[in-house]
Amino acid sequence: MTLLFEGSQWDFATLDRAYAAIGEIALNDLGLDVYPNQIEIISSEQMLDAYSSLAMPLMYNHWSFGKLFAREETMYRAGYSALAYEIVINSNPCISYLLEENTMTMQALVMAHAAFGHNHFFKNNYLFRQWTNAEGILDYLAFAKRYVAACEERHGREEVEAVLDAAHALMDQGVFRYRRPPRPSKERVIEKRRKRMEYEAEAYNELWRTLPAGIEPPSAPPTPDPEEEFGVEDRLPEENILYFLEKNSPSLKPWQRETLRIVRNLAQYFHPQRQLKVMNEGCATFVHYTIMNTLYERGRIDEGSLLEFLHSHTSVVFQPAFDDKRYYGINPYALGYAMMEDIKRICEAPTQEDRDWFPSIAGSGDAMAALKDAWANYRDESFIEQFLSPKLMRDFRFFSLFDKADDAVYRVSAIHDERGYREVRKALARQYDTAGDPNIQVAGADLKGSRTLLLEHRMHRGVPLNNALKEQVLAHVELLWGHDVRLEEVAA
Amino acid sequence: MAALEAAIQPASFREREDSGAPADADALGGRVKPGHDVFILAGDPVTHFIDRRLNPKGKSLGNRQRFLRRARAQIREAVQKSLKESAVADLAKDRKIKISTKGTKEPRFRLDPRAAGERDFVLPGNKQFTSGDEIKKPRSGEDGARGKQASDAFEGEDDFEFTMTQDEVLDIFFEDLALPNLVRTTLKETPAKTWKRAGLTTAGSPNQINLLRTMRHAQGRRLAMRRPSLKHIEALEQALQAAECEEPQAPEKIAALKEQLAKANARRKWVGFIDPVDVRFNAFTEQPVPTSQAVMFCLMDVSGSMGEREKDLAKRFYMLLHLFLKRRYEKVDVVFIRHTHDAQEVDEQEFFYSRQSGGTIVSTALDKMLEIQKARYATADWNIYAAQASDGYTQTGDARHCVELLNEQIMPLCQYYAYIEILDEREMEVFASEDSGAELWRAYRTVAEEWDNFATKRIARPADIFPVFHELFRKAEA
Repeated sequence: MTLLFEGSQWDFATLDRAYAAIGEIALNDLGLDVYPNQIEIISSEQMLDAYSSLAMPLMYNHWSFGKLFAREETMYRAGYSALAYEIVINSNPCISYLLEENTMTMQALVMAHAAFGHNHFFKNNYLFRQWTNAEGILDYLAFAKRYVAACEERHGREEVEAVLDAAHALMDQGVFRYRRPPRPSKERVIEKRRKRMEYEAEAYNELWRTLPAGIEPPSAPPTPDPEEEFGVEDRLPEENILYFLEKNSPSLKPWQRETLRIVRNLAQYFHPQRQLKVMNEGCATFVHYTIMNTLYERGRIDEGSLLEFLHSHTSVVFQPAFDDKRYYGINPYALGYAMMEDIKRICEAPTQEDRDWFPSIAGSGDAMAALKDAWANYRDESFIEQFLSPKLMRDFRFFSLFDKADDAVYRVSAIHDERGYREVRKALARQYDTAGDPNIQVAGADLKGSRTLLLEHRMHRGVPLNNALKEQVLAHVELLWGHDVRLEEVAA
Repeated sequence: MAALEAAIQPASFREREDSGAPADADALGGRVKPGHDVFILAGDPVTHFIDRRLNPKGKSLGNRQRFLRRARAQIREAVQKSLKESAVADLAKDRKIKISTKGTKEPRFRLDPRAAGERDFVLPGNKQFTSGDEIKKPRSGEDGARGKQASDAFEGEDDFEFTMTQDEVLDIFFEDLALPNLVRTTLKETPAKTWKRAGLTTAGSPNQINLLRTMRHAQGRRLAMRRPSLKHIEALEQALQAAECEEPQAPEKIAALKEQLAKANARRKWVGFIDPVDVRFNAFTEQPVPTSQAVMFCLMDVSGSMGEREKDLAKRFYMLLHLFLKRRYEKVDVVFIRHTHDAQEVDEQEFFYSRQSGGTIVSTALDKMLEIQKARYATADWNIYAAQASDGYTQTGDARHCVELLNEQIMPLCQYYAYIEILDEREMEVFASEDSGAELWRAYRTVAEEWDNFATKRIARPADIFPVFHELFRKAEA
């Protein structure tokens, strides 16, 4: 086999060759299942652009994106931060952005990482399959951008900005975690249409035809919501505050409701990504590591490229200890990649300990099958709960701290030893559960009397909301609701 | 592979690309159109490479403008502060701005485990702990790993730093000064360029040939190479003719003359009249149009009565004048003269920030200005502008002296003399009429009546500054 490329320069013909070679390994050797790829080469300024609009290729205009851009640009120009090598979008076709400044080795690495690793994960993980519409997202964004622009035109920027600000503040509370939004059943839709026609027939009056042109007959009364047959109370509590406001706020105009809906749909689109950070990066990193090494074994890349790739790979999966100046939380690349490699090890060369802990996969010999099963059917929380092995906990030297607000000390509740493995694993899994977000629900809405909206924060183990932020967000909620809003913190 | 390719690749895409790629990869890559930037790979899945680098830039400009407007109050404050700290001549530059996040906060509901309740959390990198150990909590504000995380999650961002372009800075500067739009564009406009002679070159277009130089070079070369002149040849020819007509003929002489003539003709051919090495072309370079120079005298009363606010207003006044001069003149010198009961030339730092005690005699500054002008800025070479800021007090009797100096010596030299009297808002109301005022003001009014290019104005707010320059900018537009 000949080398795919030499040196750091790239051109489209080389990218083409490398893509083909990488694709062969990904599809034939690893058996990945991917959306068609669309790979775009962009400049650093365009990368900053993409960064600052939630990493989406198009996005409605809002000042917060401008703020992010200004910050990123300053950081980048001052040399504090490097740009990402790539951005990948969960869409069909799967769009990956490659930075033009990457060397050829980096382009190959990034193609393996994004166009095959992330792509496979997007297409196969159950959360993405159930919750995000990869086919429609780009069209929807295009619609959102047009719609927001049209609203700005018609109602003024300040008005639109106020609604978007408020909606952004509630983005974390704008997702359905467990159920899909209720859709009216087919019969209800037909029934609604029939009622409307009946009303029009009844209200029809010859007299209106005699009016001079330009004068409209009185409009029909608002059609009742299909769910209106039940009172609002019957549909409470509601976890999706944005949804509730969109449907029930007494003061919003139709365009404001549609704007809330756009933000809510975006929040829902991003929701799975937040629950899959470790797995998604772990999967992509594992795939690029395997592919790059296979390329080297087959003589398609030289030692120089291999070393360059290893250098960047090791810095990506670096995990500083908690007392290190560079510690900034657990690196999802490090944990994810280590777990994937560990599953491979357990399948291929298990120890007795692995056999005890993972009887179903230990020694099975087929690592890819176990990995693909994991990638398809777990999210971070359940994945860690299921697959974090004692060996990894020892390698990472994980330990768990118990923190009570009133105490002056943390108590080490468990460490990486025989007694502690299960507890550490459970605590870590819990950390990745998005239920770690505050659990806030709409508990009551007095639509007939004072119109007060009652929100309820069900505290987990007595942890309250940050007070200053709570006040600020509640101001936004009041703007959307139009009347008083109260938030109560109750023990769950 | 070939079979697969044949099955999937449409016939129109089957032209092979001769890029010297390895055979198997080459078979996979088919280029759509030469020179087009979309590649289509045969094989499943179909892949596109798209070159987006040439797409229009500034996609996030709309977001940036929204952000700048949103944070307007903070940015204004920050820009003003930054202007206060920067030099008069540094106004038109990109600058880093640091603003507080007030007004651009993006609050979200967040838990606060430090307030109440309990939790478990996992950290990597255990070294010496075993279960049951106790670790002292870092006090809030202390720079522990946890503190960093916590403050990140809750209070979010503190101050926020980013770079503003020159245009954005000027916009904010102008906004306060209430500059008319036309003036804004005049000031922001980059000066026009013109082509200026820049010596000679050996290459260029025929219409730029410099005949004089070319001919002079040719002549020198002809002399050096001893090119026989036409006269010389004619003389030889005549001599030959004469020799041929002579009786009896002298064959040696004729042969010698013939040889000489042949040699001379050959040399003439060999050493051309004009050779490519002689040719010179006029060279031009682009240069900004206003190529003259100006000096700007900043005069200010620094006695105790001039406080922080007064100096800040004065500084903006100087900045605006400097900005204007920079647009019109290639080179602008700034001279700072401060005075109390006697005047000194100082650097900018001292001018704005140091304080002196003493009485106030305005004419000393005018004397100093004249002295410096005579020593360094001859009127033949320099356009002279003066900007004077004061709170309007001077020693009794000095005002008359000032008027004499201005009328007789200074105004004949100056392109423009602008005087601002800085009052506070209350005084502004008292002196509503232009005619009433302290001694210096009344005295300067008489000067203004006499000279068109003398402007006086009382100001209490930044927006009052511009009218001082009204005349100046009107001229610039004409």
